[in-house]
Amino acid sequence: MNYRLIFHTLGWVISFEGICMLLPFACALGFLEQNPFIFLICMGICLLVGIPLTLIRPKEKSMFAKEGFVIVALSWIFLSIFGALPFFLSREIPLFSDALFETASGFSTTGASILPNVEALSKSMLFWRSFTHWIGGMGVIVFLVALLPLSGGDNMHLLRAESPGHSVGKLVPHVKSTAKILYSIYIGLTVLQFALMMADPGMDWFTALTLTFGTAGTGGFAILNSGLATYSPYIQWVVTVFMFIFGVDFTFYYCILMRRYKTAFSMEEVRTYVGIVLVMTALICLNIFHMIGNTADTLRHSAFQVASIITTTGYSTMDFNLWPQFSQMILVGLMFVGACAGSTGGGMKVSRVLVLCKSVLKEIRVLTHPKCTTRVKLNGRPIEHETLRGITVFFISYIFIFAIALLIISFDNFDFTTNFTAVAATLSNIGPGLCGVGPTANFSGYSPLSTMVLTLVMIAGRLEIFPMLVLFSRKTWKR
Amino acid sequence: MKIIIVGLGKVGQKLAERLSQEKEHSITVIDLRQPVLTDIVNAHDVMGITGSGASMDVLEEAGIRSADILIAVTESDELNLLTCFLARKLGSCNTIARVRNPEYKKEIQLFREDLGLAMIINPELIAAEEIARLLRFPSAVQIDTFAKGRVEILKFKIASNSPLCDLKLLEISQKLGCNILICGVERGDEAFIPRGDFMLKAGDYVSVVGTVRDATQFIKKIGLKTGKVKNSMIVGGGETAVYLANHLMKAGIEVTVVEQNPDRCDELCFLLPKATIINGDGTENRLLMEEGIDSAESFVALTNMDEANVMLSLYAKTRTEGKIITKINRTAYDEVISNLGLDTIIYPKDLTAEYILRFVRAKNNSIGSNIETMHEILDGKAEALEFNILKNAPVANKTLETLPLKQGVIIACINRQGNIITPRGKDMLLPGDTVIVVTSHKGFSDISDILR
Repeated sequence: MNYRLIFHTLGWVISFEGICMLLPFACALGFLEQNPFIFLICMGICLLVGIPLTLIRPKEKSMFAKEGFVIVALSWIFLSIFGALPFFLSREIPLFSDALFETASGFSTTGASILPNVEALSKSMLFWRSFTHWIGGMGVIVFLVALLPLSGGDNMHLLRAESPGHSVGKLVPHVKSTAKILYSIYIGLTVLQFALMMADPGMDWFTALTLTFGTAGTGGFAILNSGLATYSPYIQWVVTVFMFIFGVDFTFYYCILMRRYKTAFSMEEVRTYVGIVLVMTALICLNIFHMIGNTADTLRHSAFQVASIITTTGYSTMDFNLWPQFSQMILVGLMFVGACAGSTGGGMKVSRVLVLCKSVLKEIRVLTHPKCTTRVKLNGRPIEHETLRGITVFFISYIFIFAIALLIISFDNFDFTTNFTAVAATLSNIGPGLCGVGPTANFSGYSPLSTMVLTLVMIAGRLEIFPMLVLFSRKTWKR
Repeated sequence: MKIIIVGLGKVGQKLAERLSQEKEHSITVIDLRQPVLTDIVNAHDVMGITGSGASMDVLEEAGIRSADILIAVTESDELNLLTCFLARKLGSCNTIARVRNPEYKKEIQLFREDLGLAMIINPELIAAEEIARLLRFPSAVQIDTFAKGRVEILKFKIASNSPLCDLKLLEISQKLGCNILICGVERGDEAFIPRGDFMLKAGDYVSVVGTVRDATQFIKKIGLKTGKVKNSMIVGGGETAVYLANHLMKAGIEVTVVEQNPDRCDELCFLLPKATIINGDGTENRLLMEEGIDSAESFVALTNMDEANVMLSLYAKTRTEGKIITKINRTAYDEVISNLGLDTIIYPKDLTAEYILRFVRAKNNSIGSNIETMHEILDGKAEALEFNILKNAPVANKTLETLPLKQGVIIACINRQGNIITPRGKDMLLPGDTVIVVTSHKGFSDISDILR
């Protein structure tokens, strides 16, 4: 294990987080808050820890898969710990485990909250909370790789461990340029959404910015207790569309920019994703029409909720806890599917679900025609056996982690739906679940043990499980 | 530059590794085998695409339309040519194909013209030429030529009784009166670009640059043999052996080829009518003795087995004083092999990769100057480059002592319209010159790179 390289990279990550705190600090100054220097203090702590670590020069610059996993997993854990400092030190969230939960929920773009009353937080804290979504959406390591001459930064292992998807590839030959392109698209879309939000006359920049951050990272922290219910239909539509947009594989946008329209529109995953969204929206529309009674509103609420859950954002315009069971079940199903690989969304990813379904069909075919030779294909190309195995193992680990977390949090004695959807909502980085953790409720009822477990589950979900498993595996640390 | 490499054999991998170290290139590699691609993409900063290079979709995906160079080095000659042909049709890049089958020898010129290839490389031929050059100058371990063959860099070992032992570089020209320059010294695992006060020791490998005549004189003065070998024993009758034997026989050297396979021997008889073809197992000591290994002035191990080549060469070393050359395909163990005390080792794959790299560097020229020739010297730890000096080059028309050279750079030789000048402080670089620079830095592409 290359410890020097790990410490060096961690140093950069922590310093980077410190610098990010300049923005909420400016925000605190702007709103003339009582305690504006809390972010400056936290930034000082980050830099004090981070900069000495960056001075540890790695002797051996080559990085292997093991280091890639460990660096990414540790980075995210430390990001959450240091990111929790402002909440904790300002006493706005008095319990450290709660503050940690809130931050991890932010960075992992989950959007689950332990705050009973969000509106009680100061504006700078709200800003920081939403900003962590934006940072976490595309990933910190990707950002550092794009900007810094990071040791081992021209290495795919880091990017692969942090980016969602079963086969993370490059858009262009250089890792650095790939990271730059991803972030440019991300920033471009963010700016576009912000501009469209500001077009609403009733919108102030603070709300627009925090909501945009939450949408872009597919996070879901709202700044009102009522979520997005009180905003105008226009804003709700803009958010719906952009949640959907950020759930699409960014390779799609790159192909569009490169004018490779044919490649873009033949991406099977994106097509399936669009199909799922359309069909599910239609089904929910039919199911809840009698509750709302007017077509435009029905369509808006269904589309919003479907986009919000499938992209794992977790905003809500309506308490879907009150919807009929059929619609609720659709939403729970969408929680597991998640967005496209290579997007900012979480969940198992449409491509994985697609491949799993195709493997089942293939097995059925082989059972009926035992001598039949057939391969599972995606985008018209046969999938390597290794990839297929990776996807199956991912699915199994997903279920295992799910079961273990469910078992531990059941100590708190909530009902099954609450516990089940709480784990689903955190593991898939969505935010709200059903019943006790529904869109109008929150996670404040859980004990510190459960919040700690769910914190780890959120980070594991964001990093797609394996980096965390590698980190906690004894074999990794054996000499 | 945007470079596409099709085929990830040993040469392809070597190219991907070397080119990706020069950060300014964007490299895309194409291969049919997913696992090999994954390895390469993990190890180097390149993009991998699974598929055949002769498929339009794959080439399009690799960005053939904006590519500058396409290098086709798959196993199959035909696939390489087809890939290059397609690439020319789809884009406007320079194409390089590896074609090794000697049956296409006559057709190659036609291919080059009609398919618009920039370069066709034949690894066996390159290896054979390299070996032939070494046999013409057996004292040297390695010979690289510059300035269209006028200047050579020779590498040889200092024996313990050599007059160069314990001599400072400054004293050499006084003592021997030779117009040469020592541009590199290898001692153990270390390589130096020496200064004047550097002390030579027995066992050092010294690289000397100079004109062919001066270098010959120098070698003579320090008591090494200079004449070319009179005869050569080649074990292994592959393509390289055929090219080599042809070369050597043209230079009047007697050739004996030992080959195990009787059918191949028949072919060799037809291909090399003047050579002595022996059908037998080259690893049998008695056979080699019978064919006169004791009196062989040179011995070349060219079988397909690296291990056999090493063992054969070690055995030959115990029987003859002559020059021994060993061909090794796999580069993985080069450090182990170089410690075995063999004379000269030839890595055909490396030679091929170096050949292509030279072309890429030359294409990468900028306004000031460009690269004419490039060789790796000092066991790959340094490079010797020949630059063309163009009119507006930043180094032109200045005396050398005023140029702020980087550490580890020496100007070894100036070629002014065929006159070879060993540079001194007062000399100037003029437009139209070519200059040979030896440097421990890697990836120089322009003469201005030598400046601080």
